[in-house]
Amino acid sequence: MENAFGLIYTGDASMELRELTFSRSVAAVPFGGRYRSIDFMLSNLVNTGIYNVGIIAQRNYHSLMDHLESGKEWDLHRKRDGLFILPPFVTHDNTGVYKGTVDAIRSCMGYIRRSSQRYVVLMGSHTIYNTTFNDMIKQHEESGADITVMYNSEENYDFSEQYDDLRLKFDENGRVTDLAINPKDNETTFCSCDAFVMEKTLLEYLVEDAYAHALYDFTNDVLLRNVKELNIRGYEYKGYVARLNSINSYYKHNMALLDKAVTRDLFSHDHPIYTKVKDEFPASYVGEGRAINSIVADGCVIEGTVENSIIFRGIKVGRGAVVKNSIIMQAAQIGENASLNCVILDKGVIVGSGVTLSGHDLYPVVLRKGTKI
Amino acid sequence: MPKKKIIAMLLAGGQGSRLGVLTKSMAKPAVPFGGKYRIIDFPLSNCVNSDIDTVGVLTQYEPLALNSYLGSGQPWDLDRMNGGVFVLPPYVSGSEGQWYSGTANAIYQNIQFIDQYDPEYVLILSGDHIYKMDYSKMLKFHEKKQADATIAVLTVPMEEASRFGIMNADEDDRIIDFEEKPKVPKSNKASMGIYIFNWRTLRPYLVSDEADKSSDHDFGKNIIPKLLSDGAGLYAWSFSGYWKDVGTIGSLWEANMDLIGKTPEFKLADKDWRIYSKSNAMPPHYIGADAKVKDCLVSEGCVVYGTVEKSVLFTGAHIGKNALVRDSIVMPNAEIGDGAVIEKAIIGEGAVIGPNAKIGDERLPEDGDYDTKLTGDITLVANTVTVPAEKRIPVGMIVK
Repeated sequence: MENAFGLIYTGDASMELRELTFSRSVAAVPFGGRYRSIDFMLSNLVNTGIYNVGIIAQRNYHSLMDHLESGKEWDLHRKRDGLFILPPFVTHDNTGVYKGTVDAIRSCMGYIRRSSQRYVVLMGSHTIYNTTFNDMIKQHEESGADITVMYNSEENYDFSEQYDDLRLKFDENGRVTDLAINPKDNETTFCSCDAFVMEKTLLEYLVEDAYAHALYDFTNDVLLRNVKELNIRGYEYKGYVARLNSINSYYKHNMALLDKAVTRDLFSHDHPIYTKVKDEFPASYVGEGRAINSIVADGCVIEGTVENSIIFRGIKVGRGAVVKNSIIMQAAQIGENASLNCVILDKGVIVGSGVTLSGHDLYPVVLRKGTKI
Repeated sequence: MPKKKIIAMLLAGGQGSRLGVLTKSMAKPAVPFGGKYRIIDFPLSNCVNSDIDTVGVLTQYEPLALNSYLGSGQPWDLDRMNGGVFVLPPYVSGSEGQWYSGTANAIYQNIQFIDQYDPEYVLILSGDHIYKMDYSKMLKFHEKKQADATIAVLTVPMEEASRFGIMNADEDDRIIDFEEKPKVPKSNKASMGIYIFNWRTLRPYLVSDEADKSSDHDFGKNIIPKLLSDGAGLYAWSFSGYWKDVGTIGSLWEANMDLIGKTPEFKLADKDWRIYSKSNAMPPHYIGADAKVKDCLVSEGCVVYGTVEKSVLFTGAHIGKNALVRDSIVMPNAEIGDGAVIEKAIIGEGAVIGPNAKIGDERLPEDGDYDTKLTGDITLVANTVTVPAEKRIPVGMIVK
């Protein structure tokens, strides 16, 4: 058991996930055939031995609450600590609409104060990777850092594809000397993984201090402004990191799961990723139904052809239908002889018989939840 | 403790010796079935879907796998404040104590457990059948008939009737005669081993049966005939639908095959009657670029690079490149090496088949004499066994 609790902020509103976040927060965006993006951070915490987790909900959090329920799927339905969903509420000095992350964290100060652990792991919800924080917390204690940030190194990234990427520069002693959001220079490949370890008391101080100065954004107003004053250090994560911040990156990272090395990084026997269990039956391939280089979840009945695609739970692919290079979310139905290429179908989309839809791998067609064609 | 209308007692003590090496380290109800389930998931899910929230599971043979599988009962929604699932092994009381010596004795030894709930009815189930049954319908029938006991019966082909306990009922469904495995059956209504008793009626019979040293302490052999001869109201409730005793290698294989296809014999894809099971927290399965899957069930965590036809792949099974799996069952976390050929076989949990090995290969004279009484033409590889590369295993052989 680590002497830490987790605080996950799910209010990121600035992402470019368009249709995928119309009816849900980024944290609840489906990923990888049976998961929601928040499953990874929750599982990372639980696999670390952290069983006190607060989730700051901001907008569209119905879908998120429905997914999390009591937290039992993550072993977080506990008498001591457990899962705390912290939705906005209106009080004398809280308008219910957060002006930024500082505001959001401040509004759940009650939860933070009551948490008995010494350290807090502060996280966002759109960055997906599989890790434990034990070594990071150990390094944090030994290095005497004020804040330790988990980062990874991204070689050959595309500058135009940056979206609220927080990039880091270090001095020779490993201390962070500069933090910048979407810098135009290419002086550093180090990018924050959106997980920070610090003492709870420091978080309390930083948040209250920022708020007192009418500063509301934790990254901009606390981290970036204080990079000289605070001893911020990095902890490198070497595995695969998926940042779901645009339709393109969403598509790219889902497709990356067809690469064995990526799957090995994101799913491991020792550190399973937990999610809501749906009790679907095993996928059934019927007649001419087949799959080629694809990920297929339980509850699917495949009578057509699925190629280079990610098929979520409970999908029906009709006879003669061909699904290529696509992401098909839960409970979608694809009629006979339909043909899909580079398409993202949100939950429950129904594609009629014979319909042809084609996007481009740099601009996939996205159909909103519940669309019928 | 609040009174319960009905509780279920699930007899899960059997060794299942006809399943051979599959039940070497686990009781029959814990044997994997249907890709992601274990046999016990079926009666347990039936209970929950029939609004029965208190289930005693009577175990005595190799109970570890079953105990750890059931846990708190959470996957079946049986972690309840009042009721839930309870594992009931035999125990020592004072200077006395004994193993369960028969089905009736097992219930007798748990009279205290049942009395806690002071139920009107007790449902007796066995843990080795695959079926979907709404017990609440059977209970309604039982209440309507004001029966002392109701026995679920299935119409079987007349020529197979002599393998079962056969119920002869009048036009009011009242049982007038019961014969255990009759040579010349008078009817083809077979007992499914599913009983509802009025607890008030059954309890004294269990006590007096226990005192009778000549009794086998068995429901079918002792309790039911005694109730009949005493003129108790015994009724036969006819069940129609899929039901399979998976007590043999052959029937286990068949029942798995019955799940495959567009309109399978036994339909798992049933939103109104879900079968619940413990989740393994594995990612969705992956089918490789050169893989072929045809008429299969494939579960989460599977990785398939080879060819699989008419087979059931259980959670976490791995099928190597150029491997061929046909008419087979590959149990959880088994690994089939590159180029291996598996024909009409059951590959046990965690077994490893080396590259280019052949399982279920043609029987040759040099294979000598081996016993296929349990397996017939199905080849069986035991749990966690490793079959070396290039090794040939002829049809019907058991690899331990």
